[in-house]
Amino acid sequence: MATIQSVAGENEQHPDVALVEQVRAGDVSAYDTLVRKYERQVFRIAQHITQNREDAEDVMQDAFLKAFEKLDQFQGNSKFYTWLVRIAVNESLMRLRKRRTGKMVSIDEDVETEEGSVPRDLADWAPDPEQNYTQAELAEILRKTIQGLPPGFRIVFVLRDVDGLSTEETAETLGLSVPAVKSRLLRARLQLRERLSRYFRRKKGSAK
Amino acid sequence: MTCSEFLALLDDLIDDEVAPNTRAELQQHLKGCEHCEVTLNTTRKTIEIYRSHEIYELPPSLRDRLHAAIMARCKKGC
Repeated sequence: MATIQSVAGENEQHPDVALVEQVRAGDVSAYDTLVRKYERQVFRIAQHITQNREDAEDVMQDAFLKAFEKLDQFQGNSKFYTWLVRIAVNESLMRLRKRRTGKMVSIDEDVETEEGSVPRDLADWAPDPEQNYTQAELAEILRKTIQGLPPGFRIVFVLRDVDGLSTEETAETLGLSVPAVKSRLLRARLQLRERLSRYFRRKKGSAK
Repeated sequence: MTCSEFLALLDDLIDDEVAPNTRAELQQHLKGCEHCEVTLNTTRKTIEIYRSHEIYELPPSLRDRLHAAIMARCKKGC
């Protein structure tokens, strides 16, 4: 089986590293650039984990402030973004625990579910099925569907497929093994597919 | 190749991480299995839809407010 190719030009410095060095040298405006670059992604991840708008706002602020405070601990052997996401994931989980006191909240527990592991809905989808809905309806369908996944699946899917992190980066960010990330990703993708089929399947008797 | 074997390699196929000979086996299976073809295509579409639609927008006004709050604290040394 082919192995995942390492990123080309490992010796090339990522532009974020220069910005981090500027911040360390006292240039706060360089941090402004980093915040602008990643605030939307951090907010999205926080929303996916906490599923609460106010919590996501707090997490976004806390994650960037914590990253700023801890910048000396950033080693530069991982990307700044994955390091930042790790902080944001931890802040989001802390926020969830606060909200659900006494209830275990973890992304590393293995979720025992067979749902979606074997495709049941085998109907094909309409071509461009999302065009049958308005943007607002579609966003609601996508939100509702992904919210139904176990948190440990949801966050793997978001980091890997929406944010575009590699399997290894996702594993490192979440403190999971590579096989655990792969297994969750497959089940997340299949469960989402299964649930979206309800909305997107080709209607009987329809040419579309 | 059985459907279960195909499914076990579905992610590697989607992520383009299969060796050429395995890919040929997967393609061969797809030719005779409509169910797996539907599963592959709709799973790809699922990923594409989530990737191309932002479901948690950060409105500009909120973004500016949060950004300003972060930078104000950073300038004070947090």
